[in-house]
Amino acid sequence: MSSGTVLPSDDPRGSASPPATGSEVLGAPEISRALTRIAHEVLERNKGAADVVLLGIPTRGLPLAHRLAERLVAVEDGLDPDRLVGSLDVTMYRDDLHRHPTRTIGETELPPGRPAGIDDAVVVLVDDVLYSGRTIRAALDALNDLGRPRAVQLAVLVDRGHRELPIRADYVGKNLPTSVAERVRVHLVEVDGVDQVRIEHGDGGDSRAEVAR
Amino acid sequence: MKHLLSAADLDRTSAIEVLDTAARMAATQGREIKKLPTLRGRTVVNLFFEDSTRTRISFETAAKRLSADVINFSAKGSSVSKGESLKDTALTLQAMGADAVVIRHQASGAPHRLAHAGWVGSSVVNAGDGTHQHPTQALLDAFTVRRHLVGTADEPDGVGKDLTGLRVAIVGDVLHSRVARSNVQLLHTLGARVTLVAPPTLVPVGVEAWPCDVSYHLDDVITDQQPDAIMMLRVQRERMGADGTGGTSFFPSPLEYTRTFGLDARRMALLPEHAVVMHPGPMNRGLEISADAADSPRAVIVEQVANGVAVRMAVLYLLLAKEREAVA
Amino acid sequence: MTGTEHLLRGVAPLGGDPTDLLLADGRVAAIGPDAAARARTDARVLDAAGLVALPGLVDLHTHLREPGREDAETVRSGTRAAALGGFTAVHAMANTTPVADTAGVVEQVWRLGRDAGWVDVHPVGAVSVGLEGRRLAELGAMAHSAARVRVFSDDGHCVDDPVLMRRALEYVKAFDGVVAQHAQEPRLTAGAQMHEGVVSAEVGLAGWPAVAEEAIIARDVLLAGHVGARLHVCHVSTAGSVEIVRWAKARGIDVTAEVTPHHLLLTDELARSYDPLYKVNPPLRTAEDVEALRAGLADGTIDIVATDHAPHTREDKDCEWAAAAFGMTGLETALGIVASVMVDTGRMDWAGVARVLSSTPARIGRVDAAHGRPIAVGEPANLTLVDPAARWTVVPEAMASASRNTPYGGRELVGAVRATFLRGRPTVLDGVAVEPGEHA
Repeated sequence: MSSGTVLPSDDPRGSASPPATGSEVLGAPEISRALTRIAHEVLERNKGAADVVLLGIPTRGLPLAHRLAERLVAVEDGLDPDRLVGSLDVTMYRDDLHRHPTRTIGETELPPGRPAGIDDAVVVLVDDVLYSGRTIRAALDALNDLGRPRAVQLAVLVDRGHRELPIRADYVGKNLPTSVAERVRVHLVEVDGVDQVRIEHGDGGDSRAEVAR
Repeated sequence: MKHLLSAADLDRTSAIEVLDTAARMAATQGREIKKLPTLRGRTVVNLFFEDSTRTRISFETAAKRLSADVINFSAKGSSVSKGESLKDTALTLQAMGADAVVIRHQASGAPHRLAHAGWVGSSVVNAGDGTHQHPTQALLDAFTVRRHLVGTADEPDGVGKDLTGLRVAIVGDVLHSRVARSNVQLLHTLGARVTLVAPPTLVPVGVEAWPCDVSYHLDDVITDQQPDAIMMLRVQRERMGADGTGGTSFFPSPLEYTRTFGLDARRMALLPEHAVVMHPGPMNRGLEISADAADSPRAVIVEQVANGVAVRMAVLYLLLAKEREAVA
Repeated sequence: MTGTEHLLRGVAPLGGDPTDLLLADGRVAAIGPDAAARARTDARVLDAAGLVALPGLVDLHTHLREPGREDAETVRSGTRAAALGGFTAVHAMANTTPVADTAGVVEQVWRLGRDAGWVDVHPVGAVSVGLEGRRLAELGAMAHSAARVRVFSDDGHCVDDPVLMRRALEYVKAFDGVVAQHAQEPRLTAGAQMHEGVVSAEVGLAGWPAVAEEAIIARDVLLAGHVGARLHVCHVSTAGSVEIVRWAKARGIDVTAEVTPHHLLLTDELARSYDPLYKVNPPLRTAEDVEALRAGLADGTIDIVATDHAPHTREDKDCEWAAAAFGMTGLETALGIVASVMVDTGRMDWAGVARVLSSTPARIGRVDAAHGRPIAVGEPANLTLVDPAARWTVVPEAMASASRNTPYGGRELVGAVRATFLRGRPTVLDGVAVEPGEHA
């Protein structure tokens, strides 16, 4: 606009170049195994998946939700995939918008097979990394505006600690103790062309982009 | 992006980003709870030097749906001739801590002055200035066109797409129309081909530099070009006859205007089946548009109003939900 | 008249060969090698090497705002600015409050100028009572007053009634006067804000079409030819106007024309900023018009440069475009702009500058007994010394005018006024104003 620059859309989660630095902590087989385990835990805890809705948080929570749904459908007979997966964009509920360049708003879409929405469902929020807990707080607020689930649970591929809010995950693919100066990068085939989780040693200044996770 | 002053400020990428953001906003507006917490604690001032209830309400709704605090400052009549100057009003708003100022002003360029004269540090959104620009109107028109003519079953809002290949006719008082100026620029940026249709008296000298065609014959344009969208501009009453100040009318009579440039049932029948009929409102029924046309299923005039809220939410979001700039 | 003698060493009259000039008793007392020999022992010697001497500049078009708008300019502040700009005479326009349409008002302005002492102030008389364009003002009374008015103008307004214009042209013949027309067809320019063209169409400001100026000039030259009167056209701004004036001169019509410095330099593109500093009447035109004006000035079709110095207060400019006043200051930048766009580009020499900024305006205004004279022994010592190589940047805050509405802030100009002499007394030395009384 009149600043003369194109609108920024550099969502730190959207950068899709595989890293050249840091070390790999999870590879494709480990990620796959973790998701399979989480799928079983979800079924066990909820005594099936009849009322379960998986809401992936864009960008990388969404493909993870789809992968979990595939596994649920494979294990549990009679599940309707159309009633199982949706996306929940939390951008407009964040409390830290002013600390970042403008974020592109993702899509919120409830499962197409559930015209009644999420009322009385068991919603499992799915995200890639659990860090400060602020994303999940925003997700809970967003959920609040969409309906009244019977229960809300949280599944994450990686929990790297350093919570700033009283939030915990119900299902964790891998607990990964980190220092605040480090960055955890999750790469998924659907977004990045490769499945891996890496730890990078950030210079501290850049790690601000991670604070909100 | 700091301000939105003109449709010319938007390149293709940024225009599509506004439209895509508006699509996300529109999706939230079908919910039971329409309000989002996004701009909590931010203050948006609606500074209207000119009456426009609909535009003000649209901006007010947009800001409130995003949880911003809204201050309505109706300054009509208190502008130049009597009372406070634009500058003093601006300084007052600055003191109130406005994060964004939405300004409607009868003087072309007033938003530009507000943004660049050093009076305020807020973002400025042009809600219509004189005969210059009305960029959010152009955005909502483009949004409406895209939804109807580009959207697919999978992607009803046409997210990510521009308007390449579409033909749009804009008909009426181009000379005095900020809507026409904004639309010509934005539709062109988005790849549409625009034809302006008006009596020669209502086409500005210098129009040859605009990225559009100009015709004086509505029937020819409808028949030969088969426009995908036709946008009827409001004809101001005061342009029709002697204006009381010794002015001369721009056309002989309302009747002749309607016959030559009005959209009626006959011309509707000549339009392609898929074509949409637009009007920025308020309409002069029976003058530039007949009731048949205005109330036809192909008219998207009411929808334009609804889309206006989503587009203005998107603009406020993109202006205000970002890193706070260091105070220089 | 006695006082300090000034010996200017190494100065170049009209840019010619360097020589010495002795100014004594208000006149040029000697030129050349014997100037130093004839100087008194207490004469002030000024090293003027590298400087060009011009006859003191004469502005045919200045708004001094007094009486009425002393918050924008006074005769004293405006004439001090004029001296710093190299002027020794200015013609003060009639659109004051009250309007200079009677002998009383023009004499008041003339006296204020005389008392200030910076330049000779020659009031312009209004053509019509109150500038209203209905009936003739007391042209004869103003002509025969102490102010000896010879230039009559409703500037700011066009004398659009053809009968009134004809009468005025005829009437002033009796005292060798001239009508200076502000050519603007009012009905074609109702509410006009800027040049009508590509830029106005885009920025949505009401257009001021070139034809509104050209139509009046065409009518007026025909009228002047018909009644055998003298016509002066103020601030010609379009290529078409230049063509009409050229045609009229070829027909033998007694018409002169002026162009302002800003129309020689600036274009309507500046209106895109909506900064009212660029709002002026007639409006800034296109680059093609600017080129035609420069060519017309160089070939003599346009006779003179006049500043149309139009000071305005901050509040009249620090607002939205449509609410702002028309006009820009120009006295202190006129010479620099003419030097930059005409001399520095090789289109005109310094003798040409003396013609367009001094001798011709003096002749049109009929003040050529004292101003615009050749630089010769015995002539009045009204002189301006210019450093042709000096580059300087316009700083609005540093202007001597009481107003700051210069459009040239931050712009670099070539050619600076270093000294001005009014009847042998320096009003400016080393580019600094010399308050009257500082030097005997």
